[in-house]
Amino acid sequence: MKFLQKKFDDLKPLFEKGGKYEKFYPLYEGHRTIFFAPDIITGKKGAQIKDATDLKRLMMTVIIAMIPCLIFGMWNVGHQHFIATGIEASILDKFWIGILKVVPIIAVSYGVGLMTEFTFCVIYQKPVEEGYLVTGMLIPLIMPATIPLWQVALATVFAVIIGKEVFGGTGMNILNVALTARVFLYFAYPSQISGDVWTYFGDKTPVDGFSGATILAYGAEAAGNGTNMMQLASNHWYSGMFDFWNMFIGIIPGSIGETSTLMCLIGAIILIATGVGSWKIILSVVLGTLAMGGLFNLTGGNSFMEMPAHYHLVIGGLAFGAVFMATDPVSASHTDLGKWIYGFLIGVITVLIRVINPAYPEGIMLAILFMNVFAPLIDFYVVEANKKRRLKRATV
Amino acid sequence: MSQTIKLKKGFDLNLAGKAENKIIEVPQPDTYALKPTDFAGLSRPKLLVKEGDNVKAGSPLFFERNEEDILYTSPVSGEIVEIKRGEKRKVLEVKILADKEIEFEKFKKYSSSDINGISKEDALDQLKKSGGWLNIIQRPYGIVANPADSPKSIFISTFDSSPLAPDYAYILQGHEQNFQAGIDILKKFTAGNVHLNINSKAEVSQLFSQMKNVEVNNITGPHPAGNVGVQIHHIDPIAKGDVVWTVNPIGVAVIGKLFTEGIYDTSRLVALTGSQMNERGYTKLFAGACLNKISEKAEGTDNRYISGNVLSGEGIGAEGYLGYYSNQITVIPEGKHEEFLGWIKPSTNKLSFHKAFGMLTFLNGKNKEFEVNTNTYGEERNFVISGAFEEVMPMDILPTYLFKAILAEDYDDMEALGIYEVIEEDVALCEFVDVSKNPIQEILREGIELIKEG
Repeated sequence: MKFLQKKFDDLKPLFEKGGKYEKFYPLYEGHRTIFFAPDIITGKKGAQIKDATDLKRLMMTVIIAMIPCLIFGMWNVGHQHFIATGIEASILDKFWIGILKVVPIIAVSYGVGLMTEFTFCVIYQKPVEEGYLVTGMLIPLIMPATIPLWQVALATVFAVIIGKEVFGGTGMNILNVALTARVFLYFAYPSQISGDVWTYFGDKTPVDGFSGATILAYGAEAAGNGTNMMQLASNHWYSGMFDFWNMFIGIIPGSIGETSTLMCLIGAIILIATGVGSWKIILSVVLGTLAMGGLFNLTGGNSFMEMPAHYHLVIGGLAFGAVFMATDPVSASHTDLGKWIYGFLIGVITVLIRVINPAYPEGIMLAILFMNVFAPLIDFYVVEANKKRRLKRATV
Repeated sequence: MSQTIKLKKGFDLNLAGKAENKIIEVPQPDTYALKPTDFAGLSRPKLLVKEGDNVKAGSPLFFERNEEDILYTSPVSGEIVEIKRGEKRKVLEVKILADKEIEFEKFKKYSSSDINGISKEDALDQLKKSGGWLNIIQRPYGIVANPADSPKSIFISTFDSSPLAPDYAYILQGHEQNFQAGIDILKKFTAGNVHLNINSKAEVSQLFSQMKNVEVNNITGPHPAGNVGVQIHHIDPIAKGDVVWTVNPIGVAVIGKLFTEGIYDTSRLVALTGSQMNERGYTKLFAGACLNKISEKAEGTDNRYISGNVLSGEGIGAEGYLGYYSNQITVIPEGKHEEFLGWIKPSTNKLSFHKAFGMLTFLNGKNKEFEVNTNTYGEERNFVISGAFEEVMPMDILPTYLFKAILAEDYDDMEALGIYEVIEEDVALCEFVDVSKNPIQEILREGIELIKEG
């Protein structure tokens, strides 16, 4: 790799102080540190050695945990396409459709997002940070395959600037950046991200009787007009679509990466085993969901309320949100006790929004954003409790 | 009441280069230095000597202007050869060319039966004018203790859990009497207890378990279980207004000898450790020894010479001087090299607390010794809370919030979140595991300075 090192060394004077592109030094440094871990050594005082893990490696671990969701999602985009158009297709055909639809979204997300980041780094002369590595992958996974690319670009710019950079960059944001992108689209271009947008047809026409309704849509309908939700779901045009195990595996319409609870579970195992994601948050989201769902089961009222509580775990984006969004260490609660409260309330609010609020069929996104806002408050009380304990020991 | 404390949180760094329990003969260094910078909070030293003066071990070299009767004395006898100054003429080192045979100032000598009868005032007087007092550190702040205080208790940790740390039981073999005398002297200064904390996992050295006049507490757990700050937190915590004193076991023996033999003898066995040391063991040195004779015994040319351990020590260079409170020299290679895709390449040889992707260190099993270098493995970033600080901090302290309070210069929060209970070594593991590579020990010291002034 001496060759590459030499190339970078040759370019260096251009970017250094007094060089022609002095202003673009963060860009130069950002790229060099992608190829080479830097040759920085510790100072004379303090820790003389450092842990071999840095932020880049931590972020890459999250991306690797998302890969099962991504691969499955690509296949499922194609799978949904072919069953909706009634064409027989091989696994490769399905995958190919997925690649055609998903890769451009990923490319736009990373391309536009990193460009925005780099612009800020040059303007503020700060080093390129790693946060976008994860955000760039999260954004495509929570979009429908049918999303127009220009909307992805717009949402990404909005999310990076308003969701993160105005607060000071990675580590300083209050809201989850990827969810900020999605919520932007939700309010700015609702027709492209809600309703029957979950299945990609291309130039094909759907089969007779096709309906793009998700199980959440059936739930909302049932709650609205008193029909029987489970019956509606079982009468879906594609029989067996909304069986529990089918939903668990994720062969249902939905955002690219979020349909498969099984893949999210694999991701969760990777995150927990590596200690990168908080198992406390993931578990408490599940507990919160089951608690609220169970409460509705007990009270009854309509057929959505009576839907078995564990169905909530496999429908919509709950599993994906719990594993990859709620655990975002920056926007989640930071204290241990806080994490339990934070996750539990995300579960509770998700079910509440799904079942009670007819305007938003899916609740996890808003629940996480809502709890992002409250996370500092939860932490505040946990920290106050620590201070009080400390104060009790005082002798003066 | 003796206590047994079991700690779970923390992290043991298993490094290559442990010191064997044997003596290594190294020629006595020519020069020694007392460095005002070794004493936290000593800001305005007033020199009492000039170049060319002759001193004995125990002769005063300087004092702090607002605490004139605590003398900072010479560890050896010889001639003052240089007074090294830095910016704004700040004194950095007072260098002494040591005599072949060290001569000691004579202080009052007591028989072991007399030691209990010494009055507190006499003990204080002898400690202050001889330099023995410098071994007594106060919490909060981690500075040389204020003689006007009466501490609620005194803590001695008899084991060091930091990486490659010296074995005090080995170092203090044969110094039982001095050690007991040191404890008896210290006991005069507190109405509370002198706590002697031993590692209940290791074979307990009789030396410590037979001591009188102390409360013996058993501590187990990974590093930083041996840190006296952690022990205080669990045994007799410090709240606002409290003062606790701590003394290193070697310091206790120095204090003891000051009374049993009437001399200020800082010679002790210093552990020579680290993967770059040719031969690893212990060698006898006075405080502030020059490293030049020892660095000749190191392998390779590009090494980091550390006074102390790798977590909270100081890089002093091959010709530098051992810190006053250091009983250990660690030599490891410098890490100034780029590594192709080093931030993602899987590795089984890198030491990491985290188990992030590619960190396959766990495959080696528990006994693998890691060769470490001084590379930071990443650039400095904003704090990204990974939860790791909390996992290596065995105290009821919220480290992230404490550090943020310091950065925000929020005095009330610093106090409320426990700044009185910690010094640099207690947060050294946080600095090590931090993926954002922040200088946490430096941040903490800034906070301590703020709260001390404020």
